[in-house]
Amino acid sequence: MDNLLEIKNLFIEGFYDNQWQPIVRGINLNLKRGEVLGLIGESGAGKSTIGLAAMGYARQGCRIAKGSIKLEGVELFDAPDEDLRIIRGSKIAYVAQSAAASFNPSHKVIRQYVEGPVHHGLMSYRDAEKDAIKLYRQLFLPNPEKIGYRYPHELSGGQLQRAMVAMSMSCKPDIIVFDEPTTALDVTTQIEVLAAVKEITEKMGKAALYITHDLAVVAQVAHRIMVLRNGKLVEEGETRALIKKPKKKYTRDLLNVRSLREDKNTEKKTDVILKVKDVAATYTGKETVVEDIDLVIQKGKTVALVGESGSGKSTLAKVITGLLPAVNGSIEFFGKELPPALKDRQKNDLRKMQMVYQMPDTALNPRHTVRKVIGRPLKFYFGLKGRQAEDKIKDLLHKIELDPETYIDRLTTELSGGEKQRICIARALAAEPDLIICDEVTSALDQLVAEGILNLLQDLQNKTNVSFLFITHDLATVKAIADKVVIMLEGKIIEQGEKAKVLAPPHHEYTDKLLASVPEMNPDWLDNLLEERSETFI
Amino acid sequence: MKLLKHSPVSAKIGMGIIVFNILIAIFAPVIAPYGETKIVGDVWESFSGTFYLGTDHIGRDLFTRMVYGARNTIALAFLTTFLSFIFGSVLGFLAAVKGRWVDQILSRIIDIIMSFPTLIFALMILSVLGSSIPVLIFTIAILDSTRVFRLSRAVAMDIAVLDFVEAAKLRGERTWWIMREEILPNALPPLVAEFGLRFCFVFLFIASLSFLGLGIQPPLADWGGMVRENAGAITFGIFTPLIPASAIAILTVGVNLVVDWFLHIASGLQD
Repeated sequence: MDNLLEIKNLFIEGFYDNQWQPIVRGINLNLKRGEVLGLIGESGAGKSTIGLAAMGYARQGCRIAKGSIKLEGVELFDAPDEDLRIIRGSKIAYVAQSAAASFNPSHKVIRQYVEGPVHHGLMSYRDAEKDAIKLYRQLFLPNPEKIGYRYPHELSGGQLQRAMVAMSMSCKPDIIVFDEPTTALDVTTQIEVLAAVKEITEKMGKAALYITHDLAVVAQVAHRIMVLRNGKLVEEGETRALIKKPKKKYTRDLLNVRSLREDKNTEKKTDVILKVKDVAATYTGKETVVEDIDLVIQKGKTVALVGESGSGKSTLAKVITGLLPAVNGSIEFFGKELPPALKDRQKNDLRKMQMVYQMPDTALNPRHTVRKVIGRPLKFYFGLKGRQAEDKIKDLLHKIELDPETYIDRLTTELSGGEKQRICIARALAAEPDLIICDEVTSALDQLVAEGILNLLQDLQNKTNVSFLFITHDLATVKAIADKVVIMLEGKIIEQGEKAKVLAPPHHEYTDKLLASVPEMNPDWLDNLLEERSETFI
Repeated sequence: MKLLKHSPVSAKIGMGIIVFNILIAIFAPVIAPYGETKIVGDVWESFSGTFYLGTDHIGRDLFTRMVYGARNTIALAFLTTFLSFIFGSVLGFLAAVKGRWVDQILSRIIDIIMSFPTLIFALMILSVLGSSIPVLIFTIAILDSTRVFRLSRAVAMDIAVLDFVEAAKLRGERTWWIMREEILPNALPPLVAEFGLRFCFVFLFIASLSFLGLGIQPPLADWGGMVRENAGAITFGIFTPLIPASAIAILTVGVNLVVDWFLHIASGLQD
């Protein structure tokens, strides 16, 4: 019995549009003791559904239609709930994507750790606590003796995720299912969690399913990778072999993303359209969130604003747009100084500066149709109505590569994430702006979809000569599209300049760390990096 | 129309009840066999061919009173609830969108109004201004709108922080447009549900005001008042007061069946 987990011919269905529709279609999967299997694919591929099915669980509105799920030879399909309850946690555990949303905010972290083992009758409260502290130490959490006695909101995202990994280990399960554990994290914190995952799988010899959409991440931890699409297997293979020699085109596409474009000619002199000088802003009136910001954006150029979460990137966007009035300094737009507050600015200045948001789900009113979303700026800024507006909307839909006839009357909720983001771009374009501020526009999207969006933006820039201020924490994106790079840390700009200059050594210390933290498509990258860092720490 | 066809049985029943009540209210003078306030028989007579539902505590025909009562009660309750929703939601949305001092001032005023027991407040206003129907409607609407304000402010607060509202602000849209086009469609489901509930409470509130002599003035018929007028009959084992009471109950259930169905569509829930 060398297979710890054996899934055979698994079909899972979800109930929507008044009928059962397949989500997972005939997946076979084996997991040996001590093995880490990576499941990779874009959203809707059925990765998480399979991960949960490994625990004999189907989400609300889903059902495991047929197939067999055997954990240590015990069939979980059709097993009574009580049996499943005993197995879950003690034999197989789950680490969710967002630890922040998965912890109960009103209990201390360690209490939630202890709950499992005590409930399953494995150890006493005291022993479980000691055990937790030991694990916290192993997973490199700072101050392991005390950290558990804090509430979840008192921990950072990366710390919480590690605490969650520790929690999944509390009952010493044989298998852990990691469901996108690093997706919501910055590159620099991602490393900490990956190191923790590696610690558990390698040093403690646990088997794991590692679910992610990022091939570079999974390459660091998995022995074997399964590429999934639309609930079916595309390709399966040993990590190194698969990355070196993918057999299917889809896998190659996943590998190839983000090697987008050659450098544009950056020599050409162009006009400055936005000049931010010595700007500072504050939310509370006392402490400044961003300060000493100097920034220039030229016509037809893309400036990438990079930094980890909390570095003040989005705040700076708010200051430039006037949502958060600057308390100091000046913002010049086309040579004219803009009033700091939004309400004092002229309609035409507002028109020239548009914004595209990170979450396309919340950036579009769920009760509006595509026609209304795009038509509103046309009416608002140019007074277009009826036929004229209709033609213009269709024209814009063409520009963002969506078929007007199919999409114009759809509600925004009837679109996929990528389509929504395209509509957001169309809404910005409708105003015929000179500057579009893109706030992490690709980070909520799948890799291939994100690539499509980046290509589209690039295309639009070539055609309309619009400038972009591109806010991101993803250096791969920066490499792909930026002309100039601005790096922010703790509310200040620490380095800026032409892309080639900033990304080439010698770097600022932080830039260096940021650059080194981007996972490479190389299975040894994490090991090398951790080794390197441990040397420098000693 | 297509939606109506596909509505579930419960919603159809609800709509049936409402339409039936409205028709009765509209055609009251045609349907009622006697005058609204006319004394035509003995006290608390039982059902008969002449008095379909018997007579009330001073010998008026109960069926006639029920028919006219539908007219007064439904019209009044509907108008009042509607007004209270207009006041409450407009101010609630305004507070949420504008925030800061606008929110502070509006919220504190509402707090002050809410800190008085509603009944006492209503009594005070009605005894000063006299209890004519318009005054009654406005008083209850304003008092009731405090609760609508709270709800719509809370709902709108959640919506107002979403990016599409920010996008509208950045576009330079006016507050009124943002409230109407961005907030309202998204806040509608909980508001409609509340409407169904409030509508029924207004009935009862009018009835309790009538009890204190400040609601709909006798001899005008209203269901709440009729329950109270005939309450004494219960002690004699006569179930006359249960008739207007059950009319209130049935209409309440009907309204809520429709509201449930509407919520189901509006929230996009599909089972």
